[in-house]
Amino acid sequence: MSRYFHVIAAVLWKDVRTELRTKEVFTSMVVFAALALLIFNFAFELRIPNKSLVVPGILWVTVAFAGVLGLGRAFIAEKDKGSLAGLLLAPVDRSAVYFGKMLANLIFILVVEILILPLITVFFNVPLITLPLLLILLLGTIGFAAVGTIFSALAVNTRAREVLLPVLLFPVLLPVLVAGIRTTIGLLEGDPLSDHLNWLQLIAFFDLLYLVVAFLTFDYVVEE
Amino acid sequence: MKMSRALAILNGITVVAVPFAIYMALVQAPDAINIVPEIRPAQRIIYFHVPSAWTSMLAFLVTFVSSILYLRTNKLRWDIWARCAAEIGIAFTLAAIISGSIWAKPAWNTWWTWDPRLTTYTIVLLLYVAYFMLRSAIDEPGRRARFASVYGVFAFLSVPITFMSIRWWKTIHPVILDPTADFGLGPGMTVAFIIGNITFTILFVTLMANRVRLEWLSERVAALHDALVEGDTLADWQGEGVSPLASPQA
Amino acid sequence: MSEPLIQVRGLRKAFGRHRVLRGIDLDIPAGASFVLFGPNGAGKTTFLRILATLSRPTSGQVRVAGVEIGDNPEGIRQYLGLVSHAPLLYDDLSAAENLRFYARLYGIPDAEARIKEMLERVGLYHRRRDLVRTFSRGMVQRMAIARALLHNPPILLLDEPDTGLDPQAAEMMTGLLRELGGSERTIVMTTHHLERGLEIADRIAILSGGTLVFDAAASGLSYKDLRPLYDRYVGTGVA
Repeated sequence: MSRYFHVIAAVLWKDVRTELRTKEVFTSMVVFAALALLIFNFAFELRIPNKSLVVPGILWVTVAFAGVLGLGRAFIAEKDKGSLAGLLLAPVDRSAVYFGKMLANLIFILVVEILILPLITVFFNVPLITLPLLLILLLGTIGFAAVGTIFSALAVNTRAREVLLPVLLFPVLLPVLVAGIRTTIGLLEGDPLSDHLNWLQLIAFFDLLYLVVAFLTFDYVVEE
Repeated sequence: MKMSRALAILNGITVVAVPFAIYMALVQAPDAINIVPEIRPAQRIIYFHVPSAWTSMLAFLVTFVSSILYLRTNKLRWDIWARCAAEIGIAFTLAAIISGSIWAKPAWNTWWTWDPRLTTYTIVLLLYVAYFMLRSAIDEPGRRARFASVYGVFAFLSVPITFMSIRWWKTIHPVILDPTADFGLGPGMTVAFIIGNITFTILFVTLMANRVRLEWLSERVAALHDALVEGDTLADWQGEGVSPLASPQA
Repeated sequence: MSEPLIQVRGLRKAFGRHRVLRGIDLDIPAGASFVLFGPNGAGKTTFLRILATLSRPTSGQVRVAGVEIGDNPEGIRQYLGLVSHAPLLYDDLSAAENLRFYARLYGIPDAEARIKEMLERVGLYHRRRDLVRTFSRGMVQRMAIARALLHNPPILLLDEPDTGLDPQAAEMMTGLLRELGGSERTIVMTTHHLERGLEIADRIAILSGGTLVFDAAASGLSYKDLRPLYDRYVGTGVA
């Protein structure tokens, strides 16, 4: 069993190490997110009647789109260089490879969020960096990375490749996105987190569900 | 290949049941009394709209279960079931959206509104459109079936959300199946409503049986071709309980 | 004689309706150097991928040391090393980092010593800090062999390891394989290069159109004998 966690850690370490060296995926995610924010800002300029209604959408849409950009790359490098086989040869259950990749994606997206939250705060002058909001964002991102990682492995083995990923991903993530946006709206309007515990539970429930289903099905995605 | 007796009977029942349900809905059911007279005819959409929506959910449930069975057994027939049910589910989803839209025009004075129920239901439609996009982007049949099954499982996870959406947050969409709501149906209306739902379920089963048979026949053609050219069939290879060569039924 | 290490019975693999392997029966005894010849598209890679548990057979049995591979793929993988067309290395990691990563995947004890040993044996220890990106094709392939043998697997699978190598590098690799293979390790290699294959083989087979058309001991078999055989089986399109 400890072997299983070693493989998760090794895959995570490998992805982070490679990314730190190339910064390819990360840079494009951050630049994309910043651009999206600027364009949103431009689109809503001076015409925002109620910021707390608009900013949650901007936050989640930016995270989702920047995230899908990064997720698309998660398996493409492995696939193109053929190195995926090397991971699949590890003498453990293949779900360990999934969890390693999923954690790496989760970290990348979280770092992007950490960078754009102050930007949104400055651009739109709303207090986004609060503990309840970070909690919701973390939970939502876990669900996003959980589904995104396995769908990235699906998409890379199709003719359409990463073009297909958002089409597959966003409708499936509907519960998490809806709950995340609703809660963020509530929090920005000054509700305490306890008013939105049912949404919070919904996201946590779906996170768990996604992880379990991905754990059970990842083998079918990578084996021929 | 002759149609099996059971399928012929099923087709017969459906041919009788559908006109009967239409008669019940349009003629037999009384007018709704608690709404303004102008939209009373439109109210009868409920006998088609709700059964369509219910049947679409049933179809997606069949896709979900068949997908799991495919992953567990690797048997071709479950992939056929999954994709046929998804296809029919999309058709009923469209029927529900279009009929709802026709009702919304007189009732809400708009064809479309960004109500949570409408929005989530439309996203369910997109889920299964994506299901077929995924299928069409994969050439190798085994992988196509495997990937589609994985997606079929994930897709269904968010289907119940549409069901709950009208209960969880403020929506203008009426809740029919709720005894506490004042939108309740009168006795005559309830009969037509139940008959409508039963008929649509039968219609679904009939469409499914015919669609699966058609797909199975087309697999059979492929198997016959294999048997002629290669001397054996892939079903023989896999030791499938039922080879397309041996039987017309999936 | 005891049970062969690798035992294949009625192995078939189809991708959809495209049949790649049409029933393979094969025994490979422990310690053998088995070379599988065949033209492109004969199913050699598919065969090796099934042995490596990367691909699932459509039907038939594959047993390694008496265990059906589908029953315990995780356990079997511990006994396998694979050198494929792709080096299975990461361009943006250094030579040592690549091996360190694989050492973790296999849970190798005292990994640093083993990594040093393997890098020295393939003559790349002095380049251990360099990114694999900067390596020549021949060096990458030597790294791939070091990677495949890192966990000292009793079975080494090689899928056309000489593809894309210049003759000199290919010669060097064959020498390396002979040296590293030893007498204990079982080698299963595919190639369409008859001469190079014969150099390490003590047993050969020819795969054509998804079936084995020739299967014999390699002792006493020279290139001159094999060439016409191969051409007859493969060239005339015997399926």
